[in-house]
Amino acid sequence: MSTDAPSSNSSLFEYLLRLGDDRLVLGHRLSEWCGHGPVLEEDIALANVALDLIGQAAHFLRLAGQVEGKGRDEDALAYFRDAIEYRNVSLVELPNGDYGRTIVRSFLFDAWSVLLLEGLQRASHAELAGIAAKAHKEARYHVRHSGEWVLRLGDGTEDSHGRAQAALDELWPYSGELFAADEVDRQLAGTGAPDPLGLAPAWRDLVSDVVRRATLTLPADGYMHSGGRQGRHTEHLGHLLGEMQILARSHPGATW
Amino acid sequence: MTAGTNEPENGSDRWPLWEVFTQAKDGAPHEHAGSVHAADAELALQNARDVYARRGEVVSVWVVPSTAIVASSPAERGPFFDPADDKPYRHPQFYRTPRGVRVY
Repeated sequence: MSTDAPSSNSSLFEYLLRLGDDRLVLGHRLSEWCGHGPVLEEDIALANVALDLIGQAAHFLRLAGQVEGKGRDEDALAYFRDAIEYRNVSLVELPNGDYGRTIVRSFLFDAWSVLLLEGLQRASHAELAGIAAKAHKEARYHVRHSGEWVLRLGDGTEDSHGRAQAALDELWPYSGELFAADEVDRQLAGTGAPDPLGLAPAWRDLVSDVVRRATLTLPADGYMHSGGRQGRHTEHLGHLLGEMQILARSHPGATW
Repeated sequence: MTAGTNEPENGSDRWPLWEVFTQAKDGAPHEHAGSVHAADAELALQNARDVYARRGEVVSVWVVPSTAIVASSPAERGPFFDPADDKPYRHPQFYRTPRGVRVY
């Protein structure tokens, strides 16, 4: 029993990093739209979603730091880890592209996140369950926002339909990573953390329903990218972190 | 509407305007909070939530197409409202409030 404890503890730490990093990186990407949104109302909406995600990340990373027990808080984990130590899926680090691509990516993520957080609310770890419950409420709005936009862009003009379909085709190979389970997930089985693969059928139902109503075509499953969960990222994450971390690294301990 | 035609990069000249009413708590009146641009009713509701219900207490939001609002004309303010002003007998302050009646 005593030999199991450190291993399951480090698995929980890894798991919390994944939860936090997905949301921190996507939150940062969405924040790049601030001041550049297609219309004022959407600019505000995307910035609100970005703030929600960064808030969720702060909670997950704070808990991760406590579980690790090495004195790192959420800022230390966000600003003083390099790309290879980040555990987010590659989907969220990809550049925003046009608004349609940003929305399609958010929808693929939000549809998954809302299902994951729904299950995670029943985790045996009380604090983790509490954070998940709060985040789930926000995620329900996020998927409503991005889903409504997928419908309108897909079933909109010829231009918006083409861009939405192109985004779906390009991003689809990054969706497999959301459901890939590894040793960390197996360690956490029995703690109430949802089995990643178990989320796939409900996600597919949700996504294909919106895609169909948006008059878009679900891409065929083919090669799926992987590696983000193990720290093997696309070149884009390094650039994102460079911008996100420079202030904290240039002025350690700065407050504003 | 005509001013917006010079700004093709901003879609707001093509999106209709919606008036937003928010309710602070159950039973309170919905009060005019402002307006948003949106392509349709569902998105108007989402935009209203993001712009006006994000901070502070809001339990309910209404959105109404601005074109559905019939307003009195500012130029007609005098003839429209003044006649009610010089007829004090319309106001019930000549009556004594009976004992035991709560005054609001």
